[in-house]
Amino acid sequence: MRLQIQNVSHSYDQVEALRDIEFGIEPGEVVALIGPSGCGKSTLLSIIGGMLKPTSGAVVMCDQAKPEGCLNPLTYVFQDFALLPWRTVAGNISLVLEDHPLSKSERDERIAEVLAQTNLSDFANAYPKQLSGGMKQRVGIARALAVRPAVLLMDEPLSALDAQTRILLLDEFSDLFARTGMTAVYVTHNLNEAVRLAHKVVALRRRPGTIKEIHTIDVPINERREGMPELIAHEQALWNLIRDEAIAADKELENVA
Amino acid sequence: MSHEGAKQMAQTPDTNSEPVRFRATGFNPKSNPVAAWGSFILVIALWQLGSSTGFISELAMPSPIAVAKALWQLIISGDLWLHLGASLQRLVGGWIMGTVAGLVVGFLVGMFTWARSPGVALVSALFPIPKIALLPLFIIWFGIGEPSKFATIAFGVFFPTVINTFGGVDNVQRNLIRMGQSFDLPMWSVIRKIILPGALPTILSGFRISSSIAIILLIAAEMIGAQYGIGALILAAGNLYQTDQLIAGVVVLSLMGLCVSWLLGRLDRWLLGWR
Repeated sequence: MRLQIQNVSHSYDQVEALRDIEFGIEPGEVVALIGPSGCGKSTLLSIIGGMLKPTSGAVVMCDQAKPEGCLNPLTYVFQDFALLPWRTVAGNISLVLEDHPLSKSERDERIAEVLAQTNLSDFANAYPKQLSGGMKQRVGIARALAVRPAVLLMDEPLSALDAQTRILLLDEFSDLFARTGMTAVYVTHNLNEAVRLAHKVVALRRRPGTIKEIHTIDVPINERREGMPELIAHEQALWNLIRDEAIAADKELENVA
Repeated sequence: MSHEGAKQMAQTPDTNSEPVRFRATGFNPKSNPVAAWGSFILVIALWQLGSSTGFISELAMPSPIAVAKALWQLIISGDLWLHLGASLQRLVGGWIMGTVAGLVVGFLVGMFTWARSPGVALVSALFPIPKIALLPLFIIWFGIGEPSKFATIAFGVFFPTVINTFGGVDNVQRNLIRMGQSFDLPMWSVIRKIILPGALPTILSGFRISSSIAIILLIAAEMIGAQYGIGALILAAGNLYQTDQLIAGVVVLSLMGLCVSWLLGRLDRWLLGWR
């Protein structure tokens, strides 16, 4: 499915968060949104998934091409995992399937399938509090995959994890994207994640959030490796793009209150 | 400094050296079931001692043995079951009515803008009224019989339940609700599968408050006009200076309160096992 972001602007009260954002997300493409804190990248992701109404402009699904058995075309993976603590791993995945006309066996089949994909099969009956952060985010991924989304919307999915877990999950995401050809929008402030996962990096500038540059990385995802000279060059280029913005963001007082 | 040198230093401490004192003591009470039961036995033994030696007048405060005898008398005569049965019916009936109404209103106030401000305003105005003050009014409305007692208890239970329920609904993490919405869960599913379980810990702790309020109002209502009931039993015993029976009634109330809190504890463990 192709998503087109058309002239999206958004203001919170007096503060203009986004202005005239316009770009497309092609099927099978991973788009990373980067930018300093306060540039409106999470706001934009909320708008793309229909969780926030933009002040003006719209996000349009240009066709109805969805994967087979798709139950929720635009599906989020959250930074804080958003798992129900009173449900087991399997129960958390079941939650998003229960309201659809699936038979019990179809549901169980889907749960087993996504648990296997995320290496969680042994943890089906564990509660979230028993899991490490990395495991929790794997459950978040499994839950998102269970509805067979057309576009995966990932809001800083690695930010709440420690450095080692981040490396592990980054590899798993990269495998997932390479294997499934999933369309995704990936918000991050970590440039390394962006150059490892994205075909297209949208760099935002702040106050108001506008597109500074759309940067394309044409190395196939499954050929990207940590420390590859091309990737380092891309990362450096992206850093040069947003460096001044990041410095300004760092120095800014919280005057929005 | 070489490794050997460091070792040497460690083995020959200065004469001024002293070990680091452990400072993080206290502020960590632990439970001790033996002490809990022991304190009971001690208080009862001292009481009995006072009564036996005549230090405590039998008329003012009967001895534990006299109370036990009175309680036994109530049990074998069957009067206790009559009183207890009447009380429990009122307690359970009134509490359930007040709780169900309180949960419904609490959820509405917690979730809908249209219910929010009117609900909070009315609850804030009516909550501080001691509900016993309304008992005469309820007697005028519903008569001296059972309905006025149910109404008093239900009314007293209703307000704390509303306050706890909407507090619990408010405390459900917004990100969980947004997650449910982002997966297009129907509203009823969001309420049943996310908001209700999320608010449950607060609602259950509210049950402890509302159940003790219910017991207070039960006794008050029974003292104003009832033939049977623990409150009526205590009042009648007092009028006849039968302090042994009076204390026996109070003991039954204490046991009733303990049973209620034990049941709520079980409910907690059953419903909140995931914590």
